Amino acid sequence: MKRSLVLDVMVRVVFHTALVLAVYLLFAGHNQPGGGFIGGLVAAAAFALRYVSGGVDGVRAAVRVRPWTLLGVGLVLATFTALASVVLGGALLESGKATLHLGPLGSPKVTSALPFDTGVFLIVVGMALMLFEAFGEALQGRRAS
Amino acid sequence: MLQAVIGLALLAGGRRLGRGAFAIGGASALAVLGWALWHRAGIVAGEPVTEHTGWVPQLGLALDLRIDAFSLLMVLLVAGIGALIHAYASRYFGATTPGLHRLAGLLVLFTAAMVGVVTTSNLLALYLAWELTSVTSYLLVGWNDRDARARAAALQAILITGAGGLAMLGGFVLIGSAAGTFDLTAILASPPTGARVEAGLVLVLLGAFTKSAQWPFSSWLPGAMVAPTPVSAFLHSATMVKAGVYLVARFSPAFAEQGLWRPLVLGVGLISMIGGGWRALRQYDLKRILAFGTISQLGFMMVLFGAGSPEATTAGVLLLFAHALFKASLFMVVGVVDHQTNTRDIRALGGYGPGWWWPRAAAVASGASMAGIPLFFGFIAKESAYESWVHSPIGGGGLVLVGIVAGSVLTFAYTGRLLLGAFRPGAAYEGIVAIEPLDPTEVAPVTEAPAPTWTLWAPAAVLAGLTVLLGVVPDLASKLVYGAAESLDPAVEGGHLAIWHGVNEALVLSAVTIALGLAMVAGGRVVGRIGRVVHVPFDGGAVYLGALRALNRTADRVTSVLQNGSLPVYAGVILLTATVLPGAVLLGADVPTGLAIDSSPGEWAIAALILAAGTAAATVRRRMAAVLCLGGVGYAMGLYFVLQGAPDLALTQFTIETLAAVLFVLVLRRLPTRFRERPTPRGRAVRLVISLLVGMFVFAFALIASGARTAPSLSGYFTDNALPEGGGANVVNVILVDFRGFDTMGEATVLVVAALGVVSLARLARPRSAAAGGVDGVDGIDGIDGIDGAGGADGLEPAHGEDAS
Repeated sequence: MKRSLVLDVMVRVVFHTALVLAVYLLFAGHNQPGGGFIGGLVAAAAFALRYVSGGVDGVRAAVRVRPWTLLGVGLVLATFTALASVVLGGALLESGKATLHLGPLGSPKVTSALPFDTGVFLIVVGMALMLFEAFGEALQGRRAS
Repeated sequence: MLQAVIGLALLAGGRRLGRGAFAIGGASALAVLGWALWHRAGIVAGEPVTEHTGWVPQLGLALDLRIDAFSLLMVLLVAGIGALIHAYASRYFGATTPGLHRLAGLLVLFTAAMVGVVTTSNLLALYLAWELTSVTSYLLVGWNDRDARARAAALQAILITGAGGLAMLGGFVLIGSAAGTFDLTAILASPPTGARVEAGLVLVLLGAFTKSAQWPFSSWLPGAMVAPTPVSAFLHSATMVKAGVYLVARFSPAFAEQGLWRPLVLGVGLISMIGGGWRALRQYDLKRILAFGTISQLGFMMVLFGAGSPEATTAGVLLLFAHALFKASLFMVVGVVDHQTNTRDIRALGGYGPGWWWPRAAAVASGASMAGIPLFFGFIAKESAYESWVHSPIGGGGLVLVGIVAGSVLTFAYTGRLLLGAFRPGAAYEGIVAIEPLDPTEVAPVTEAPAPTWTLWAPAAVLAGLTVLLGVVPDLASKLVYGAAESLDPAVEGGHLAIWHGVNEALVLSAVTIALGLAMVAGGRVVGRIGRVVHVPFDGGAVYLGALRALNRTADRVTSVLQNGSLPVYAGVILLTATVLPGAVLLGADVPTGLAIDSSPGEWAIAALILAAGTAAATVRRRMAAVLCLGGVGYAMGLYFVLQGAPDLALTQFTIETLAAVLFVLVLRRLPTRFRERPTPRGRAVRLVISLLVGMFVFAFALIASGARTAPSLSGYFTDNALPEGGGANVVNVILVDFRGFDTMGEATVLVVAALGVVSLARLARPRSAAAGGVDGVDGIDGIDGIDGAGGADGLEPAHGEDAS
């Protein structure tokens, strides 16, 4: 694949900025616009940039972890956060509303929504990476026309 | 106790100890046996051991253990024979046979499940244990997984018993809902009545008949004989097939008078008894003789228990006890013969070397018990069975009596066939044996079979010894048998078992049975000739195969119609369904009037943008252009969200659109740049109609829904409670992670599953599309991505939309 210098440099600048933005969105999400899902999407878009400039190998170089690991960790994190409140006897599963007991636990700034949201974040990112894995490899000269 | 057994079962299942695994399995069975013996006295005296553990109280499912004397008898049989089987199996298999630990683990699991069936007093828990026995039986029959016949037989067994089990579950639910409880003891104490209960009873009987291999569901049992002989001896003679009998025994005293119960049980039992006996006379394989004999004997038990009268119930308990002893012993001896000679064909057997005295003695004793010869335990059982029907007040009792006498004569005859066929000294036994002469090239006649080691036949000898002991001194079992019968039916009066009751009708009938049986054995040639002509009219095996074939054909046809692989058709069907079903409801709804259009100029602009982009997407000829136009629609929607003051939604919409565009490009690389095939005019018209319908439906839906609010909006609740309860100021996010957190969980899980599916499909398609290089393989990928890209966006997005509005 022919690489474009301008694009490469641009991506280098934007990529990390976008990732920081994604993490910011994740953490700020509870009180300001943002959240795990949006953060994950922004991060995925950042990886998409990496893909556009460097192909699958570029994405692989950017994330050492395999995408399915991200997916798994995310799901486990979300599930355990959800279950933890049940185990602690905090929340009822009634009417699907209060699955998570979110009262300020420990430091008042941190809620148990954060790990849950982080889980969602990881799942979204992992999902995007999976798709790059699945369809992103270079076509070996058999471009259909 | 149950838990302990299961724990041991899993332990043994995971070990790779070869033959040593049987030692562990045997020890666990012994532990159960010891426990049962320890509590013997109290239980027999009428104090059942009970234990209660709630499981799923909402469903009325609880692990209630209730061990009364009948359960105790079953547990003793299961655990006792189980222990012997383990000892036997450890000698039966060579030390190097692969997969023994699996066999041992499954045997222990089965033991646990079987003990569960006979000890639980909760109908739903009973069903679970029941199905567990089916599943373990399936795995045990198919233990030799390289043998296609074994796999087919295992499949047949689990399909038939599984179908019956499902019917039984339905019956349980009907009965349980009529009684208001799923507790077996409570139901039996005050049996419910009514049409629902009668239907439920028939369903329960279906389950019992399939499990106990009764006509017309008997075809799986002879097939299951491909299982290793220890398995056959344990599951398919002594224990599992008795589960159906157990159920009938439990239900009969309470329900025998209701609906079809008694005629059905008696009829099916008699047919099975006589049909099974008759077919046993035509078999050459020792195990198949025994299998048909088992069907016959189980039919006998059904008849006894199905009557529901105290005397018959007692006789049934006796027969069940005796049958477990002699049948398991016979199976083990057959296994010994098979082990030493490598054949079970009675036309080939007959020549034995020295050292066969003990196995032969065990077989003869057990066979004599089966045939009902005095001084063996089976005689006591048969005697009391005759006795119970001679004086039975039930209508048609005489007919039943004739039936069971005929069945017993057949039993005598096939016992003769079995013993003579297997052990007749010298050349192969002619006459009753050889309806068709043996092809010597197929199975070589056995002339001098090597003697088995004593450890191999010892377990069989133990059971045969018990048969003789109880036959000579039956009083030893009086307490247990009468206690068991009493726990089934409180009307049973205690008594003592004895060989000699004086000359009465039953004794005469026994004599008649033996005489006729002897005649049949002696006149074997004649019987054989009749057997060639008279067939059992209806064989369940053919029905089973036919049903299976029809099912496959139907499935093929349904699949080819429903899954035709065309994405436009899928999309069309989905959209139409989504439109027509709710749309039909909407037709009758009130259309709100007086809606004013008060949109800002910005909104008008956005609407125009969306319209333009949408029209373009539908008309352009290049795929890439279409995708970009779609993206334009999405961005315009995002703008609209911005105008409405929903930054979260807008942010999501923008990122989704961006990402979707990139992902589309990934797939579009593989597709032709232009849409190639033009839809036919008719296809175009259909598409147009569907799109118009969808559009109109969505418009009408939005319009009517906005005017149809009857409850106060939830938004107020969410905005008020987000900070105090959710601890966050961003309402949308709090909804996502708290109020609707469960939804988010589900969606996240769906996302993960979809991602896994996409990747595996893409990988699967890779070599294929590389080889074919055609559009075909790629089309599949496109379909998946279409679903997935949209699903990823829409799955989470509507949650935003509806909650923030």
